[in-house]
Amino acid sequence: MSSETTAWYLIFTAWLLAAGSTLGALFFGEIVGVPTCVLCWYQRIFMFPLALLLPIGLFPFDRKVVRYALPLAAIGGLIALYHVLLVAGVVPETMQPCTQGVPCKEQVIVWFGFITIPLMAAIAFAAIVILLWVAYFRSAK
Amino acid sequence: MKQKILFALAAIALLLAFALGTLIYKSQQSEQSAQLAESNRANLVRMHSPTLGRADAPVEIVEFLDPACETCKAFYPVVKQMMAANPDRIRLVLRYAPFHTGSDQVVAILEAARKQGKLWPALEAILASQAAWAPNHRPQADLVWRHLEGLGLDLERVRIDMAAPEVARVIAQDLEDARVLNVTKTPEFFVNGRPLPSFGYEQLKKLVDEALASARR
Repeated sequence: MSSETTAWYLIFTAWLLAAGSTLGALFFGEIVGVPTCVLCWYQRIFMFPLALLLPIGLFPFDRKVVRYALPLAAIGGLIALYHVLLVAGVVPETMQPCTQGVPCKEQVIVWFGFITIPLMAAIAFAAIVILLWVAYFRSAK
Repeated sequence: MKQKILFALAAIALLLAFALGTLIYKSQQSEQSAQLAESNRANLVRMHSPTLGRADAPVEIVEFLDPACETCKAFYPVVKQMMAANPDRIRLVLRYAPFHTGSDQVVAILEAARKQGKLWPALEAILASQAAWAPNHRPQADLVWRHLEGLGLDLERVRIDMAAPEVARVIAQDLEDARVLNVTKTPEFFVNGRPLPSFGYEQLKKLVDEALASARR
């Protein structure tokens, strides 16, 4: 496989994650009706554009899409990390910028005792960052 | 070319998964709420619940209503039309679900008006003037009063009666029943004990028509 083809598949995988996360967030928010807290909204702001932006770089393939997508994924990842720390109790509660209605700390969905929505978001953002990063340098060679 | 097909297939698979998940979740939900209503019949209608129409009407519509809810306002004439089209065959039971903050005070006004036998005209006046007393979806009971003039209500009496403990009890009981029946949005309708499969005018009409038809048999 040429390095450019490899890069294409890496960005494609990143898009799969972004599109899956987008639809997952919409499913929980709109269908199940889980309330969306402030931090979740900020993470959505950085995740949803990736689902549209990355395919534009796939057809025709343009490695520069990484330059536009990576900052979004990185900032979204930082917010998700902050959210995970908040839920874990590492960041003190007084620091949380949440409205009264929907506290960010409260976790509606917990699978297997530790998988929460912010944790899934953090993992997805981190994976997207790594995939885009590798793709960029792969295709540069 | 191969990549385009791969992308298209992946996009379709994701959207299908979303649609399928939605369908499965919705059908589970409607099954659950039907079961909930079935096993909590007592929570559906209380002795204190106001009713409109004949007591022996074959079709009973239980409506959980928030006077500050715009959709409740829009559905109220629809229900009245159904009742007018089928005289003596439909009975409306009113349950309060004041989910908007401050809306419970407006319900208290309704309950106080009921003591003077003017619940339904007061409800109609309050729904009609909803935008005026609930600016930006924030109900303010103080703004309701001038819309009740002309109904022949003793408003001084209403002010006293709305603070009565039994009014607070009615509201608390209705909210508790809403919680038990998993009513989280208003309006919510139960037709002869059956909840709407999904929210909408057509769904309500269909459920009422079915109940009317099975009553005729």
